[in-house]
Amino acid sequence: MDIFNDFSVGLFAMQLVILLLLLFLLAKFAWKPILNSLSEREEGIQNALDEADNARKEMQNLQADNQRLLNEARAERDEMLKEAREMKNKMIEDAKEEANEAASKLMAQAQAAIQTEKKAAISDLKSQVANLSIEIAEKVVRDELSNKDKQEKLVESMLGEATLN
Amino acid sequence: MIAKKSIKIFTILAVVFSSFTSYATSDGSTEKEGQVNSPESINAYIKHHLADSHDFALYSYTNDAGERKHVGFPLPVMVWTSKGLKTFMSSEFHHNDDGHVIVDKGDVKLTKIHSKIYELNEGETHVAFDDQHHATNAHKVLDFSITKSVFGMLLAGLLMLLGFSSLARGYKKGAIPTGIGRVLEPLVLYVRDEIARPNIGEKKYKKFMPYLLTVFFFIWILNLLGLTPLGFNVTGQIAVTACLAIFTLIIYITNGSKDFWQHTLWMPGVPVLIRPVLAILELAGFILIKPFSLLVRLFANITAGHSVVMGIAALMILLKAKFGTVGATGISFLLTLFLSVIEVLVAFLQAFIFTMLSALFIGMAVEEHEHH
Repeated sequence: MDIFNDFSVGLFAMQLVILLLLLFLLAKFAWKPILNSLSEREEGIQNALDEADNARKEMQNLQADNQRLLNEARAERDEMLKEAREMKNKMIEDAKEEANEAASKLMAQAQAAIQTEKKAAISDLKSQVANLSIEIAEKVVRDELSNKDKQEKLVESMLGEATLN
Repeated sequence: MIAKKSIKIFTILAVVFSSFTSYATSDGSTEKEGQVNSPESINAYIKHHLADSHDFALYSYTNDAGERKHVGFPLPVMVWTSKGLKTFMSSEFHHNDDGHVIVDKGDVKLTKIHSKIYELNEGETHVAFDDQHHATNAHKVLDFSITKSVFGMLLAGLLMLLGFSSLARGYKKGAIPTGIGRVLEPLVLYVRDEIARPNIGEKKYKKFMPYLLTVFFFIWILNLLGLTPLGFNVTGQIAVTACLAIFTLIIYITNGSKDFWQHTLWMPGVPVLIRPVLAILELAGFILIKPFSLLVRLFANITAGHSVVMGIAALMILLKAKFGTVGATGISFLLTLFLSVIEVLVAFLQAFIFTMLSALFIGMAVEEHEHH
């Protein structure tokens, strides 16, 4: 086949005109609006995806926050419980101590009172015994001293005793 | 599933054809004028089809009276002759294609030889041929006729305008197209994302999208129209593919970046003496070889496809003596069907390759190198 003989200048020219016209018309009425709409739609989709991603991240943050708050609250509760327990123990301890102290104070007072009473009773007893002894001694002495021998004897024996002591 | 079905269909066809052969063989084939039934006439017929035509012929037959009848419609002829523009309908040539019908337009006489319109030299009334069947007393005229190819281009252009403006309008109603737009949108996206973006680059591809889209769909639709029984062979016309290739050439030459010209004309990093040689090579590559490869690839692929499909279809006639009418028809039908399926693929492939290479060359031209 003779390619160069087949080449038709007229067809070339017609093709040139048609292609230019087609290019112009399609670019204006089809390609531009189509490509714009496509990129707009793609941007829209991208934005929506980004937004969804952001929302998910925010949600995760929120959840993390919630978890943190919950943990904090739990820790605080534990702390409070611990404190309360400690306080209770301390109070019991204090109360016991106070009670002991009070008891020992009472005991000491009681002992002191008993001691004073005892002393008082003893001194009372002593004085009574002394009185009694003096009375007895008076009586005995009156009896005894009615007779001189006896007096002497007595002095003697008493002296004897005294030396023994 | 589909493969199973097609195998079934093939089997049925084969059975039908072979069962008919028995009584269809003896078809009293009386030779009629204009019938295409010898290898020579088939060759001529194929050649005639591959060339552009001034009529829109659908089919032709010879009636019982021995008259050749053509079914189709004439197309307007517009030629620039030595006496100015002449327009008339191609029917005035009466389907004659060998210079025997002379159309007298007052001051010029025109005739058509092998799909080309010739103007007879002053005073001549008949075309004289030399022994290679070249007209000796007539010359070609500038032919701006609405030929079959031009008609095909107009049809393709109209289809594109209708389809894509409907897609464009569809976006006004909603982000998701309906109807034909649903089919066209993925194709547009395909051209953008698989052809333009990777080859030209994210920054600059937008400027070239209208050209790439137009060329891709133009070639594809014309290739597909060529596979219909209408018998267009537009992308098999060297003038058409040359025009497309020159478009690509002009686009990448006019959009060449500074880097591109520097690397083409005065390649840095090589010895100074070699630079002019490289410049010549690079220029020849960009201005001649690349566009030439584009135009020849498309032209040759489509021409070859049409030739082979028509040749295989002609087996129906050539094998008639051996296998009978129905048998030969069956064989050629199956083979032609098979080849046509491949041609459907080629139609897309060639449109893709042309657009892809155009995008690649544009990408090479607009690329800006990083300076170290």
